[in-house]
Amino acid sequence: MENYYTADRKFYLENKDLQEIVRDLENDFQDRNAEALHSYAEACTWYDMVLKNAGDICANFIAPRAAAVDEQGPTYRDGLVSWAPETQENMKVLSEAGYLGGTLPRRYGGLNLPVTVNTIIVEMVSQADASLMNLFGLQDIAMTINKFGDETQKTRVLPKFCTGEVSGSMALTEPDAGSDLQAVSLRAIEKDGQWYLDGVKRFITNGCGEVSLVLARSEEGSKGGRGLSLFLYERYRDKNLIVRRIENKHGIHGSPTCELQFNMAKAELVGRRKFGLIKYVMSLMNGARLAVAAQALGIAQAAFDEAMKYANEREQFGHTVVHFPAVYQMLKKMQAEIETTRMLVYQTAWFVDLEDMYERRSQRGEDVRSELKYANAMAGFLTPLTKFTATEMANRAAYDAVQIHGGCGYMKDFPVERLARDARITNIYEGTTQLQVVAAIGGVINNVLAQEWENLQKFNIKELSAEKERVLGFGEQLQAIVSEVTTVKDRDFHDYVANYLVAIASIAYRNVLFLPVAEQFAGKRELFRFFLNESAVRIDYLIARIRMLKKVYGVSIEELKRAFVKGR
Amino acid sequence: MKRIVVLAKQVPDTANISGDAMKADGTVNRAALPAIFNPEDLNALEMALTVKDRIGAEVHVITMGPPKAVEILKHALYMGADYVGLITDRRFAAADTLATSYVLAAAIKKIGAVDLVLAGRQAIDGDTAQVGPQVADKIGFNQVTYVSALREVNDNYLIVERDGEVQTEVIKAAYPVLLTVCAEANTPRFPNCRRMLRFFRLDMNDNTGIIPVINMDDLALAEERCGLKGSPTRVHKIKSIMLKGGELKMYGTDVTDIRQLVRDIMKDYVEVG
Repeated sequence: MENYYTADRKFYLENKDLQEIVRDLENDFQDRNAEALHSYAEACTWYDMVLKNAGDICANFIAPRAAAVDEQGPTYRDGLVSWAPETQENMKVLSEAGYLGGTLPRRYGGLNLPVTVNTIIVEMVSQADASLMNLFGLQDIAMTINKFGDETQKTRVLPKFCTGEVSGSMALTEPDAGSDLQAVSLRAIEKDGQWYLDGVKRFITNGCGEVSLVLARSEEGSKGGRGLSLFLYERYRDKNLIVRRIENKHGIHGSPTCELQFNMAKAELVGRRKFGLIKYVMSLMNGARLAVAAQALGIAQAAFDEAMKYANEREQFGHTVVHFPAVYQMLKKMQAEIETTRMLVYQTAWFVDLEDMYERRSQRGEDVRSELKYANAMAGFLTPLTKFTATEMANRAAYDAVQIHGGCGYMKDFPVERLARDARITNIYEGTTQLQVVAAIGGVINNVLAQEWENLQKFNIKELSAEKERVLGFGEQLQAIVSEVTTVKDRDFHDYVANYLVAIASIAYRNVLFLPVAEQFAGKRELFRFFLNESAVRIDYLIARIRMLKKVYGVSIEELKRAFVKGR
Repeated sequence: MKRIVVLAKQVPDTANISGDAMKADGTVNRAALPAIFNPEDLNALEMALTVKDRIGAEVHVITMGPPKAVEILKHALYMGADYVGLITDRRFAAADTLATSYVLAAAIKKIGAVDLVLAGRQAIDGDTAQVGPQVADKIGFNQVTYVSALREVNDNYLIVERDGEVQTEVIKAAYPVLLTVCAEANTPRFPNCRRMLRFFRLDMNDNTGIIPVINMDDLALAEERCGLKGSPTRVHKIKSIMLKGGELKMYGTDVTDIRQLVRDIMKDYVEVG
């Protein structure tokens, strides 16, 4: 099969200027050991090889095994969880090829890749087998240890991640603490300088892994997020963790979702006490959210490819079905959504790279406060915006891909049936779409993107000047409707329309990203104009919806709710 | 620890043909085709690396070819080869299997103390499957061709499967031995990213010495036995032939089947009076 590192992925990566980021990651190109990179050009050559090799593994090794993984999934017996044999093979191949420590420093056995490059690998792995991403993408745990753990923890644990000797899990969710992690109640007890964990975690992806990062209440009697700390639990050092069961799920069958019971299990504190949720888990979750966005994008690409293939093979009424407007309309929308979402995902990854870089530089004593503040704000805003966009988009793409297949799409004989199931979790876990809206709405209201609009204003556009005015117009429309909403002093009303505002921001910003690309590359203009016109209609529609709620009906938001609340 | 030499060849990618694949003189137009690692040589390399993983070995990969064949040696390093060598000399050009095996045999002898030589069954450009066996003959090794599986390997011998059309031979071979390996034998591993990082900048004649260049004089070879001069093969004519198979009938080894076989032969060839 064709290498998954396609011309499009390469194109959008090469569109990103990683020079400053790579220079910083590679110690100003001053290292002289056998694995040191000496220039940006060299780094790009190597990244390209790393991506091509990953694309080859995904297309020719992992993808052909995806149906078998889905069919069998992991097994649970006497407290032991085993991955499906094909999943084990996949992880072995990825670890032998060196991909399990993508962004970890080389001294621990990692590749020291920029997040942007690694995100493309996550996207391709997900395209091949979405459930594998849940194991592969758990590298974020290793990254969290790398960021916040002490040197002993890092040297003990990180090399094991890179060789594939261990896999990890992030144990956050509990039966009564899902979206609301402040309610976590699993206890962490300190006795004679040793921490013990006691309690239950639920819905833990790969909870059977050897290394878990566990969010636990270290401050007895406390309530809320400030009583929580993060702990490092290693199964090979303690045996008091029991996997009670694995879930029987709708999709991503390859990844085991475990219920865990800690019985005074020995663990180590990560970083500082009481910073568990407010700092470390937030950072961990942001990494995971970007990875899930890439996962969703990969699934959408797989669904699109399958739909294209089928539409060009299946004949009805004397023609392949791709000839029918109802079919190519769906394909066109999918294509535009996937491509613009890809720009957004890579852009977010790029800001995460910038954020990491300024953090390192600030730790080295450089005065980069304003740059770091800006990168923080952008990464913090774009991460939920991207997860919101990519995961909802992937569900629509998978839905339409099934539709294009007709009855066959409903059968297990075609991959789209699995893709539609796999897509469904992406807008639920790592924070539902509704929570991404909560995380992103502040950025919309405070206009975090102001600088981006200013940059666009200054950008020298010759060929597409009329289009530029229209894109700038989207920004004005967004600001206008934001002020309309904020003049209404009703918190419930703000929350009610928040998802529409975030959707407008997503559409508008993707146009900001697309315009310079289309200006520079004539081959992209047709798709850009299509997306621009679609965007205009959708933005008008979303604004109309907000206004309808505000004015036309005249009902209060409180009244809308009353119709559904039972009891009390 | 065993010392293994893998024979590799850079070949035109005959699965992705662009332009005119053949020149007027009936030889392959290499310029028109992308160059790749001969697929079954990758299987040979994979087998070498498997032996290394199991019992420990030093894996050498050598290729005879033009300077750009350095690319497949780098690929071998990415996969896990320990040493590589590029055997290149203008006087080696246009070698047939006889001249090629003469050069490769000399290179293996120069490496010295070799226990195991692995080669792909055949190259996808010439399709002769002759170089491996000819090398074995010239270096005086046992040989097993068409190896389809490695069953067992230890310090004293190895056991392999050799696929025939209707039967599988299981062969135990003592060192030193040369095997030619088929595609069915294994799935070649993917390159390792860290090794790519270590070796991707290499080139022949750089000062690292990692990819040594070996020429005719280094191997003390007789010029008349190298390249075109040492190649008795002449392409007489190239024809495109469509092979048309007749009906194939399989017989088992029990008495009934053999009786039927005899009857069928008689029917075709014996006029029964």
